[in-house]
Amino acid sequence: MNRVPLEGKVLNENARVAAELRERFRQHQVFVLNIISSPGSGKTTLLERTLESWPQTQRVAVLTGDIQTENDADRLKRYGFPVKQITTGGTCHLDARMIEKHISEWDLERLDLLIIENVGNLVCPSSYDLGEAAKIVLLSVTEGEDKPLKYPSIFFKSELLVLTKTDLLPYVPFDVPAAVTNARRVHPAMEIVRVSCLTGNGMREWLTWLEHRKGAFLTELAQSVAEVG
Amino acid sequence: MHEMGIASSILEGVATEMRRRPGCRPLKVGVRIGEMAGIDPESLRFAFDALILDTELQGLGLDVEYRPPRARCRECAREFDVHNFELLCPGCASQNAECISGDELEFAYLEVEDHEPCAAGRKSPE
Ligand SMILES: Nc1nc2c(ncn2[C@@H]2O[C@H](COP(=O)(O)OP(=O)(O)OP(=O)(O)O)[C@@H](O)[C@H]2O)c(=O)[nH]1
Ligand SMILES: [Mg+2]
Ligand SMILES: [Zn+2]
Repeated sequence: MNRVPLEGKVLNENARVAAELRERFRQHQVFVLNIISSPGSGKTTLLERTLESWPQTQRVAVLTGDIQTENDADRLKRYGFPVKQITTGGTCHLDARMIEKHISEWDLERLDLLIIENVGNLVCPSSYDLGEAAKIVLLSVTEGEDKPLKYPSIFFKSELLVLTKTDLLPYVPFDVPAAVTNARRVHPAMEIVRVSCLTGNGMREWLTWLEHRKGAFLTELAQSVAEVG
Repeated sequence: MHEMGIASSILEGVATEMRRRPGCRPLKVGVRIGEMAGIDPESLRFAFDALILDTELQGLGLDVEYRPPRARCRECAREFDVHNFELLCPGCASQNAECISGDELEFAYLEVEDHEPCAAGRKSPE
């Protein structure tokens, strides 16, 4: 018997495509966000409110992933920005190839921001790098404050937790401080905003986070260019 | 659910390595998986066994090293395993630590049947 070392990542092919995408996004200075949550936590609704608040001059595009139907894309197209649906036909997550394929007709030079709504699933999407600059996770107040401990992987990898549907807090026994504590146990540096898409509460904090994070991406990009050049 | 995809990706890695070692038989593949990778080792094993059933790889072993996250203390630079999300430094009792790994999903090793063609295969070009 002979034991030989094997190197590399298991999802080698995905990692390779994701690295290529990340490089392209950096070259064209496109900030890419990967939004993950369980089904129905309010990803599409948050994007609707977000697109609605922006002027047409905002250079943003959205990719939305679902196992079936074009419903989410239809909802998002109303705001006049480029939107594409990715239907995975059964696969429980988006992978880098799907992103590569669906952005092929877009001129990245004309984009500043690309938002990817992943398939509703709190587990599988966390394993697939899409070349994004940041992952964020949504958790609605009807899902229970223990979710960060039950599904630590995605909370571990996400920079921001958006606590959604906060207008429902009077009607459900959801312990917000416990949810915050649980999220920060898994990921001490996690940022957290609380949003209700129904009342608009917290939208400003969310949009501010997005603006700041995009700014940090561009700053980091400028620094790395300066170091190289 | 996505463990099937991960399992087939592991098998692709094995196949790639075996193309470099013509005439050899793989016995066991070792992988390292972080607890934060979002992969359930049991489901992975199930998917892996299902995929190799009735193929030439039937019987191939899967060795999963399931690793807790690692952290580094910002006070004393000690590195330690994190259990139950407790970021307490065992060296200096500081709670000021940063995670340095935990979501890895990597190959570790491959065990192959040791006979002449294998050893030769290592040197032979693609
Ligand atoms: N009360 C309340 N309901 C909300 C809020 N945001 C979303 N919803 C409702 O929650 C349901 C699911 O919202 P979606 O935005 O479709 O959720 P999603 O995460 O995109 O769902 P999938 O893409 O299917 O995973 C819809 O009925 C929304 O109207 C909110 O802030 N408050
Ligand atoms: Mg949706
Ligand atoms: Zn220490």
